Amino acid sequence: MPSLPVIEKDQVRHAGTAPDGGAFDAPAVDAHAAARADYCLRLGDDALVLGQRLSEWCGHAPALEVDLSLANLALDLIGQATHFLGQAGDADQLAFHRDVLDYRNCWLVEQPNGDFARTIARQWLFSTWQHLLYRALESSSDAAIAGIAAKGAKEVSYHRELAADWVVRLGDGTEESARRMAEGLDWCWRFIPELFEVDELLQGLIERGIAADPRQFEADYRAEISRVLVEAQIAAPADTRPILGGRRGHHGEHLGHLLAVMQHIPRLYPDATW
Amino acid sequence: MSDEWPLWEVFVRAKGGLNHRHVGSVHAPDSELALRHARDTYTRREEGVSLWVVPSASIVASDPADSGPMFEPAQDKVYRHPTFYDIPDVVTHI
Amino acid sequence: MYTTEMGKQPNVKPIGPAEDPALLEAFEARVAADEFIEPKDWMPEAYRRTLVRQISQHAHSEIVGMLPEGNWITRAPSLRRKAILLAKVQDEAGHGLYLYCAAETLGTSRDEMTRALLSGKAKYSTIFNYPTLTWADMGAIGWLVDGAAIMNQVPLQRTSYGPYARAMVRVCKEESFHQRQGYEIMIALANGTAAQKRMAQDALNRWWWPSLMMFGPPDADSPNTAQSMRWRIKRDTNDDLRQKFVDITVPQAEFLGLTIPDPDLKWNEERGAHDYGAIDWEEFYAVVRGEGPVAKERMKARRDAWDEGAWVREAAMAHEAKRKAKAA
Repeated sequence: MPSLPVIEKDQVRHAGTAPDGGAFDAPAVDAHAAARADYCLRLGDDALVLGQRLSEWCGHAPALEVDLSLANLALDLIGQATHFLGQAGDADQLAFHRDVLDYRNCWLVEQPNGDFARTIARQWLFSTWQHLLYRALESSSDAAIAGIAAKGAKEVSYHRELAADWVVRLGDGTEESARRMAEGLDWCWRFIPELFEVDELLQGLIERGIAADPRQFEADYRAEISRVLVEAQIAAPADTRPILGGRRGHHGEHLGHLLAVMQHIPRLYPDATW
Repeated sequence: MSDEWPLWEVFVRAKGGLNHRHVGSVHAPDSELALRHARDTYTRREEGVSLWVVPSASIVASDPADSGPMFEPAQDKVYRHPTFYDIPDVVTHI
Repeated sequence: MYTTEMGKQPNVKPIGPAEDPALLEAFEARVAADEFIEPKDWMPEAYRRTLVRQISQHAHSEIVGMLPEGNWITRAPSLRRKAILLAKVQDEAGHGLYLYCAAETLGTSRDEMTRALLSGKAKYSTIFNYPTLTWADMGAIGWLVDGAAIMNQVPLQRTSYGPYARAMVRVCKEESFHQRQGYEIMIALANGTAAQKRMAQDALNRWWWPSLMMFGPPDADSPNTAQSMRWRIKRDTNDDLRQKFVDITVPQAEFLGLTIPDPDLKWNEERGAHDYGAIDWEEFYAVVRGEGPVAKERMKARRDAWDEGAWVREAAMAHEAKRKAKAA
């Protein structure tokens, strides 16, 4: 009698995050549903990781008023994350018990805060894109995704405007702020191409009308970025080879540390509710 | 100090039809950020539909030491109030 | 409390030329009649200085108070708890902001007050110089520290100085969820696993006495109380508030099934109140002197934020100056 394959612990855990909880008599996971769930993880993880980064600023911002602004942005993003992750399963289970290989955020959002200029660069480049994405998702054939995007679009419209305001003030402020703003942009610029990547999974979802095709608004994005850079009197950094992989769990070195901090308590106390 | 942000007074209109009311102040380097800061500070609990921000230095205030001459003379001009006038009840629409 | 007299010595002295007794009498009468004093109204110098000190101390406490809880936002154990804690700490930033703005109407500036805090000259509530080492501390702080703060803040809504009173109205409205979220955390822990119960009891053990100290020195050591009460800057004495806090909190601890770390705590039928053990005032004064366990961490964090943020604040002003020059 051939022996059965060994069931590894992480397969049990992975099955546990499946919508049907990995019950042995559940029907085989529908490929369409799995793709949709993966897309919701991408959207949710982007928001969660960026929200986590922004919340690191709490109590440390350059002025009290700025502390309040960054916290508002973080709260919006955590809300969006909760909604999107909730479309893929149990939001807390997904947030606190997936490791790096199962996280689907883009490289841009996991970048460390650095100084205020780098934080603003990251925020501006991401929110400008996220706003276009959410506006496009308002027409998604998936009602739940469309609904979350519609609400989120208003929040993110504010995020992108606030970030742009700061790009201009830092870029066209003092010599020091201009230097720092240029450095911040330079750090983040290499992560723009990933925002417009369309892989097989995304292509399938686009064809089903569920996902938005980022290539449709790439020109608008580039135009908006250029417009603000001119006002900020900063030259665009040179485009470099795309850095990809985040959507398939291949991240940089920062995400692991971020998750170690974020997930530490629930993982240490697996039986606890909070 | 070259990094000291000026003070702005914030006014919020709670909903259409109402006046803007003074709710407090924020510091900001310019009028656009003053609006952002006012929004992020004073409208977190759905407090309004419209915001005004005014540099505090632009507010012209009456002097409390003058409050006698400024405001007391109005106290005895009771003929400005409708209740001063005695119209018999039988007369309607007046 | 955040507004408590920290020093042992009276520090409000008459200065310079004597003030017009007629103006003083009129001022005292207005305050006694429950009227509000507004910016630019005549006020005794001692009143102005006491208020600047008290309001700015309160503001500093809110800002420094962001740090012990801010320490746990990135590690909150659920998305809901993360959002709630972030919103709470954000509120505290807002409270500091309202209070700094109220103090500015008395002739000081945000920067001046900030420099006083960062130089170590200005005081802030001692409670925030204790560390938050476990998630349960988030529960204990919300329950006990915010609970104590609320007791002081509610009466201040009718304090004599208008801008301060109005700031306190706003603060109290926002504060109402702060204590509830902390107590909710304690309920979850007290009903949870053995490790969670242990964490909850440990947090109560560490935060109980510092919370009692928040109400300030005993009445006998608080010489300015009478004047502050006459000026409606203070409503109840330190000991009265402390007693009230104990009496309110004991049943709350009982509901959680946790033990307050005071072997001398017991109900006194005659007084209709709880007797409680002696407070270690040496600890209190040491922490006031700046020797609290994490006082250095708190001050470093605030200095770093201010220093590292200077170029940002300067850049914004420089940008505005350029814009004005172009428009001229």
